[in-house]
Amino acid sequence: MTDAAGWRERFEDTALLWGLVGIVAILSVLPLARLLLEGIAPNGQFSTAALTHVLSSPTTWTATQHSLITAFGGTVVAVVIGSVVALIVALTDIRARNAFVFCFVLPLMIAPQVVALAWLQLFGPSSTLLKMIGMAPAMGSRNPLYSPEGIIALLGVQYSPLVFLTLRAGLRTLPQELVEAGLAAGAGPLKILRTIVLPLMTPPLVAGIALCFVSCLGNFGIPAFLGIPGNYLVLPTLIYQRLAGLGPSVLSEVAVLSVLIGIIAVGGIFLQDLMLRRRDFRITTTSNAMRPFELARWRGPVEAALWTLTVVVLVLPLLALVLTSLVPAIGVPLTGTSATLANYDYVLFEHAAAKRAFVNSFGMSATAAVVIVLIAVPLAYFLVWRRSRLLRILNLAAEMPYALPGVVLAIAAILVFLKPLPLLGISLYNTIWIILFCYIARFLVLGLRPVISGYYQLDRTLEEAAQIAGARLLRRLRTVILPLIAPAATAGALLIFLTAFNELTVSALLWSSGTETLGVVVFSFQQGGDSTYASALAVLTVAVTIALMLATLLTSGKLAQGVLPWRG
Amino acid sequence: MARLTIDRVTKAYGAFRALDDVSLEVRDGEFMAILGASGCGKTTLLRQIAGFDKVDAGRIVIGDTVVSSTERHIPPERRRIGIVFQSYALWPHMTVAENVAYGLTVAGVKEPERARRVAAALTLVELDGFAGRRPAALSGGQRQRVALARCLVTEPSLVLLDEPLANLDVHLRAAMEDEFARFHKRTGTTMVYITHDQAEAMALADRIAVMDRGRLLQVATPSQLYREPADETVANFIGEGMIVPVEVTSVDGDGTCWTAVVGHAVPMRCAKAQTPAKVARACLRASDLRIVDATGPGVRVRVDRAIYQGGFFRLETHVEAKPELLLHLTAPEPFQFAPGAALQLQIADGWVIPAATKD
Repeated sequence: MTDAAGWRERFEDTALLWGLVGIVAILSVLPLARLLLEGIAPNGQFSTAALTHVLSSPTTWTATQHSLITAFGGTVVAVVIGSVVALIVALTDIRARNAFVFCFVLPLMIAPQVVALAWLQLFGPSSTLLKMIGMAPAMGSRNPLYSPEGIIALLGVQYSPLVFLTLRAGLRTLPQELVEAGLAAGAGPLKILRTIVLPLMTPPLVAGIALCFVSCLGNFGIPAFLGIPGNYLVLPTLIYQRLAGLGPSVLSEVAVLSVLIGIIAVGGIFLQDLMLRRRDFRITTTSNAMRPFELARWRGPVEAALWTLTVVVLVLPLLALVLTSLVPAIGVPLTGTSATLANYDYVLFEHAAAKRAFVNSFGMSATAAVVIVLIAVPLAYFLVWRRSRLLRILNLAAEMPYALPGVVLAIAAILVFLKPLPLLGISLYNTIWIILFCYIARFLVLGLRPVISGYYQLDRTLEEAAQIAGARLLRRLRTVILPLIAPAATAGALLIFLTAFNELTVSALLWSSGTETLGVVVFSFQQGGDSTYASALAVLTVAVTIALMLATLLTSGKLAQGVLPWRG
Repeated sequence: MARLTIDRVTKAYGAFRALDDVSLEVRDGEFMAILGASGCGKTTLLRQIAGFDKVDAGRIVIGDTVVSSTERHIPPERRRIGIVFQSYALWPHMTVAENVAYGLTVAGVKEPERARRVAAALTLVELDGFAGRRPAALSGGQRQRVALARCLVTEPSLVLLDEPLANLDVHLRAAMEDEFARFHKRTGTTMVYITHDQAEAMALADRIAVMDRGRLLQVATPSQLYREPADETVANFIGEGMIVPVEVTSVDGDGTCWTAVVGHAVPMRCAKAQTPAKVARACLRASDLRIVDATGPGVRVRVDRAIYQGGFFRLETHVEAKPELLLHLTAPEPFQFAPGAALQLQIADGWVIPAATKD
């Protein structure tokens, strides 16, 4: 009996595990470590010159202040909207709940730069929509959105679904008896909300707030579209301007700025941890979900308010975007005769960069989705079924590139790939591969989380039965686990595809001629004053996004539950 | 087919000893049941035999191969054993035939040999015609038989069955018990059957190993287990034996003796090595107790409860002279003693539990 001791099985296990450790280390640990190193030792020489220079520059602190103001402001707006909507949707008997959730979550899936562009088309003197109804402000007056208040409002709109989703997930686990015990004790609905529901919902609410704060802090598209014209710079746009204006020579400086924004983000996450640690929020009973509160005669008005909200934050901006995409030039009123599809024709068939961007964005999003699933399925296998200290660290490492703002990863990737790769002698900088690398690193956790929860729902004996039948790890993964985890993995892949497809933060810093993404081209059009082209391209990306989201609704049952946020 | 030797195996999770120095020999072709309440360590033992866990001490030998020891751990993939899981663990994305064929495909068995063996295995479990179905389209009993076919198609040397009947309803259980018994007879495979149900173990097994708190208490044939429990825990667990303090007054040396139970002389069975003893314990069965005339020889008890169980009553009583000593027995209908009534019981038989040997 050769090989009776099973060295091949052990080799396969060990090789796969260490291969995954290597992949996560390259995707996460290597770039972040390189970034930190650059902060204290630019170009490999220990020096505090860059650090001192950046930290003594007033621009740094102005941008930091702006970042904090807009992030806090945006978070407050998002928390107010998101939590009120979550409480109404999760706890009351409103009708057409699923349709509303779909519409409410939609802004989260649309690129921030598209949201910004759409809102810009809604207000301002050249708004096609306002012109049509004769309410456009006088020519030459300033678009009110070019202001910190504008940034805060749009960040709030963009990320209120994040608060909504975390809070609703928490509300779904709220045991019915706790509320019924309150009712039995004579408390009214509002008293129950204040004394029972909200205190118990502290953990999801705090988690949602932290998530929202970090997202606002790292957002590039909204402050880029609304802040740069008025020279109101936040840290991500400051980094972008420095790098775009001066090139890799300022890498050490932007590395320090990236570390600074990273520290603020980690501070936010840490604060969340601290707040949740002070009290025990564990719910001790499990039972059916709550019965919804009956709104009775208030149901109509509440529903009307919710749909008005949808119209204001979703329908009107998108309508403005569509209308702008139909006029021949900005400022021309839209009439039956002036309406044209020329802008679509231009971005789809004439403009070389726009055409390339479709290929690039589609290709990279799809590739990232597939690669991430291929990493996530074996990685989650080890994370869920072979717990160890090493794997806990690995999980944390996989989370970092997504938890930190996108600019942090982008700058880190430039630092790693600027010089030619050792041994191979080729440089990935200014190629499409550096963007793909960042997509895989950044969105890995979007695929990993649903796959992990898929494993938790899987009966492990299904794998053990295959093992007893003689199948080694790779064969078990391929023939038994992958088919069973496929619904979760597919849902994760879709989420990755949509997120990468609408991405701008990373590619704005990493693109070069020939490697434009859709986000970059929309941004370039808008910066060059071509709002009509920008709008046409933005409408197309929104159409693809909504079409894919709607398609997932039709495949109900095939995809794992609870992964795609827009599915009720 | 193969012998299974478990030699002083210990497995601990932290401070908790799930298996404590367990030794067990399963003969070639034997049907061995491992019986114990939940948490007794029987599932841990199964996982050691299958190789899902590594032993902390001791060794496991299948056939002539050491599969588990502190130095050596053959992974489950290479142990060439079969398992029928409690949940059946049928792969929902494969058809019945694909489920059964999996082990053959892994082993590199090619068509048409593979199809032939799959068909033969399905015939064996009387599931011809179900090859193209998905597990979800089958009843509980059918799933059970697919799991059995899947585990046997590769002709493993040893088959482990982990509470295979626990998820079936009572009627199906009896039918499946028959099926397992016939099956074992036909194939002659060595089988280790994990269960918490003593009736199941008694009906199926050649021998039963009783486990409690990670230790093996007794390995014996079903009848021996019932008639001659090795200690009080087994006596109590199997067939609800009653433990009574006795004095062994004289022994015959051929396995019978005379005892005194609350002053009442009773002939009992005992180990051949039993010696007269002032303090000993005996195991009584409900069927050993008979109600006799109040004037006849016997023990006087008072009825605590009479529970109707359909056609007969279960009487729970305590001995009048020794109220902490509880005895239970069955009495046929009609029976009209109210709680508190006095009865005279004759003890017809019993088993003197051997004194614990100190090691």
